[in-house]
Amino acid sequence: MAHAKNHDYHILPPSIWPFLGAVGAFVMLYGAVLWMHGISSWMFWVGLAVVLYTMYGWWADVVREARTGDHTPVVRIGLRYGFILFITSEVMFFAAWFWSFFKHAMYPMYEYAGTEYIKPDYHPIDPFHIPLINTVILLLSGVAVTWAHHALVHENNRKALINGLAIAIVLGIAFTALQAYEYGVLILHYGWTFGGDIFYSNFFMATGFHGVHVIVGTIFLIVCLIRAIKGDFTPEQHVGFEAAAWYWHFVDVVWLFLFFAVYIWGTAGM
Amino acid sequence: MADAAIHGHEDDRGFFTRWFMSTNHKDIGILYLVVSAILGLISVSFTVFMRLELMEPGVQHMCLEGARLFADSSAECTPNGHLWNVMITYHGVLMMFFVVIPALFGGFGNYFMPLQIGAPDMAFPRMNNLSFWLYVAGSSLGVASLLAPGGNDQLGSGVGWVLYPPLSTTEGGYSMDLAIFAVHLSGASSILGAINMITTFLNMRAPGMTLFKVPLFSWSIFVTAWLILLSLPVLAGAITMLLMDRNFGFTFFDPAGGGDPILYQHILWFFGHPEVYIVILPGFGLISHVFATFSRKPVFGYLPMVWALIAIGALGFVVWAHHMYTVGLSLRQQAYFMLATMVIAVPTGVKIFSWIATMWGGSLEFRAPMLFALGFLILFTIGGVTGIVLSQAGVDRAYHDTYYVVAHFHYTMSMGAAFCIFAGVYFYFGKMTGRQYNEFWAKVHFWLFFIGVNLTFFPQHFLGRQGMPRRYIDYPEAFAYWNKISSMGAFLSFASFILFFGIILYALFRGARVTENNYWNEYADTLEWTLPSPPPEHTFETLPKREDWDKSHAH
Repeated sequence: MAHAKNHDYHILPPSIWPFLGAVGAFVMLYGAVLWMHGISSWMFWVGLAVVLYTMYGWWADVVREARTGDHTPVVRIGLRYGFILFITSEVMFFAAWFWSFFKHAMYPMYEYAGTEYIKPDYHPIDPFHIPLINTVILLLSGVAVTWAHHALVHENNRKALINGLAIAIVLGIAFTALQAYEYGVLILHYGWTFGGDIFYSNFFMATGFHGVHVIVGTIFLIVCLIRAIKGDFTPEQHVGFEAAAWYWHFVDVVWLFLFFAVYIWGTAGM
Repeated sequence: MADAAIHGHEDDRGFFTRWFMSTNHKDIGILYLVVSAILGLISVSFTVFMRLELMEPGVQHMCLEGARLFADSSAECTPNGHLWNVMITYHGVLMMFFVVIPALFGGFGNYFMPLQIGAPDMAFPRMNNLSFWLYVAGSSLGVASLLAPGGNDQLGSGVGWVLYPPLSTTEGGYSMDLAIFAVHLSGASSILGAINMITTFLNMRAPGMTLFKVPLFSWSIFVTAWLILLSLPVLAGAITMLLMDRNFGFTFFDPAGGGDPILYQHILWFFGHPEVYIVILPGFGLISHVFATFSRKPVFGYLPMVWALIAIGALGFVVWAHHMYTVGLSLRQQAYFMLATMVIAVPTGVKIFSWIATMWGGSLEFRAPMLFALGFLILFTIGGVTGIVLSQAGVDRAYHDTYYVVAHFHYTMSMGAAFCIFAGVYFYFGKMTGRQYNEFWAKVHFWLFFIGVNLTFFPQHFLGRQGMPRRYIDYPEAFAYWNKISSMGAFLSFASFILFFGIILYALFRGARVTENNYWNEYADTLEWTLPSPPPEHTFETLPKREDWDKSHAH
C-alpha cells in the first residue's frame, strides 16, 4: 500500500530546483549589494544566471508534467487559486507605491508648517500624448488576449489563438518601447532626474515597477505563444495561458490607475 | 493501514535527496522547526548579552575596547553604543522574521495543516521547499548583514528592527542593504508559503469536510496565510523604497527632497500590526487542541472561535497607527485608532474565555503541553490587558518607548508565541519523531521558563512606569534594582532554554518509543492522531473517510 496513490492530487518527486533557486537568490542579492556599493558586479550576474536557469528548468518541468497528465482537474483548480493569490500579493506590492504617491499628492511636504522644502520646477508633460497612446496600446493588447482566449475556449481555433497572442505580444513590446522612449525624453531633454525629488521618486518607482511587470508579462505571453504553436493548449486544459492572461489584465488595470493618478493627477498644475 | 515495513522504505531516499530536494510537507515542516530553533538560539543569546549589560548601571561589557563576558573594573571600557544597537536590531529582526513565523506557520503549519484536513501533501509541494530554502537564504543574508561593514565603522546595522529612516537611510556600510534583502527574501518565502497554505486549505480538504468542520489549528493557519499574503508585500514595498533612498538618490523618506519619514512608519506598521497577529494566530489554533485534549472535552464554542480568528485578522489591518501616537497624528486619527484597537479585545476575549470554558468541568491533566498552554493563557492575558492600557492615546504619551511597551509586547509575542511553540513541540514530539520526551524534565523546563520570563519581564512594567526608556545601553542608578532582577530572570530563562535543547536531543536519541497512533486520549481527535508515529513518508494515499475525523454529534 505504501506507494499506491488513490487520489487526484499531485505528489511530486524530489527536485533540486528550490534549493538551486534559493542559492541563486542569495548570490544574486549579495552580488547586488556589492554592485550598489561599487565593489563588483560579477556576483550579481552569476546569481541572476542561476535564478534564470532555475526558472527555466522548473517551469519546463511544470509544462512536462502538464503534458503527461499530472494536472488533473483538481490540480488545475489549485494552480488557478495559486496564481490568483500571487496576483493578489502583487496588488498589495503596488499598494505601497500608490500609498506614497497619494500621500504626497494630497499632503505635499511644501505645505507643511515650517518646511524648508520648496517644490522644484518640473518640466510639464502632457498625459494625453504618449501616456494616452500607451493606455490605448495596453487596452488593445488586453482585447487581443481575450480574443485569443475565446478562440481557444469556445472554438478551439488554434490559428486565431496564435494570432491573438502574437498581436498582444507586439502591442506589449510597443508599450515597452514607447515607455523607454518617454523615459529617455524626460531624462535627457526635459531634465527629469532618476530620484532626487519626491515626485520623480514616486514617478519612476511606480511606472518603473509597472514597466518590469509589463516585460515579465510579455515574456509570459511569448512562452504561451510558443506553447500554442506546439499545440500544448486544449479548451479544457490551458492553465498556463489563463495565468498569463490574468497577469496581463492585472498589468493593464495597474496601468489605468497609474495613468489616472500619476500621469493626470500627478502632472496637473506642473 | 501503515506498518513498520513502510518505515523501512523511508530510507530509500538518500540524505541529500530527502532533506535538500524535499517535496514532502512533513520533512519540510521538520526542516523549518530545526532551522528556526537554531536561529532562535542565536537571537536569544543576543538578549542574554543585552541583559548582562543592563544588569548594573554603567557599561561593563559592551566596550569599544572589545566586548567582554566578564566585567573587568581594572580595564578601561568606553561604551559601544553601536554594538548595543546591533544587538537589539538583530534580536528583533531574527525573532520577527526568522524564528517565530517559520516555527509556527512554516513548521507546525506545514506538518499538521495538511494532516488535519486529510490532504496527501501541500498543493504545491515543490514551491513549499522553495519557501523553506528562501527562508534559509534570507537568514543567511541576515547573518551576513550582522558581520558586514555597517554604521560607525563597525560591523552590523544598529537601526532597530523597524528600520526607521533617517537612521536606516544614513547607516554606513552595506550591512543595511544586506538586511533589507534578507527581509525581502524572508517576505518572498512567507508569501509563497501563504499562497500554498491557502490553496491547500481551499482545494484539498477531505471529502465532506466543509469549512466549518475544519480543525481550529488549520483555520488559524488559513487566516494567518491571508494576513501574510496581504501585508508582507506592502513591507516589501517600504523596504524597497529604503533601498532606493539609500543607493539611488531617491527621496521617499528624505524631507530635503520633499519626502516624509512618517510615511515610512505608516507603511511599515500597516504591515507591522498584522505581523503581530501572524506571529500569534497559529499559536491560538494550536493551543485550542491542547486545551481540548488535556481537559478531555471538545473545545468550547468552535464556531465563535473560528469567527474570532477571522475578526482578529481583519481588525489587524485597520489599527496600525496605534504604534505611532506620538508622531503628530491629528486628534481625530488618534481617536479612531484608539477605538479600533480596543475593539480587538472583544474577539480576543472570546478566545480567552472559550479556552477557560473548555477547561471548565473538564478532567484536567497537567502534562507538559497543558502546562505551557496554561502559561500561555495567563501570560497572554497579562500582555493583552497591558495592550488595552497602551491602546489609549493619552496614556501612551507617558508609556511610549518605555520599558512598559517592552514588557507588553514580550508578554504577548515572546511569551505568547514561545509558550505556544513549546506546547506544540511537546504535544506533537512523539507524533513527529516516534519518541517521547521526558515528562519530568519537560515540567522542570516549564517551571524554570515560567518563573524566568516573569522575573524578566514583569519588573519591566515597573521600570516603564518609572520612565525608563527602551533601547538604551545604560541607565541611571535609580533603575538599578528592577534591572538586576530582570537580568537574573533572563539568565534563568536562558538556562531553561538550554535545558529544552537537552530534553529534545535526549528524547531524539534515547526517548521511549511511541507505539500508539494516539498517545494522548480520544479528545485529540483530529486526523493526525489516526496516523502512526511518525507518519509514513506519504500519508492519506487513500483519502480519509468521514468517520475518521467527524466526531460531532448529530444535533
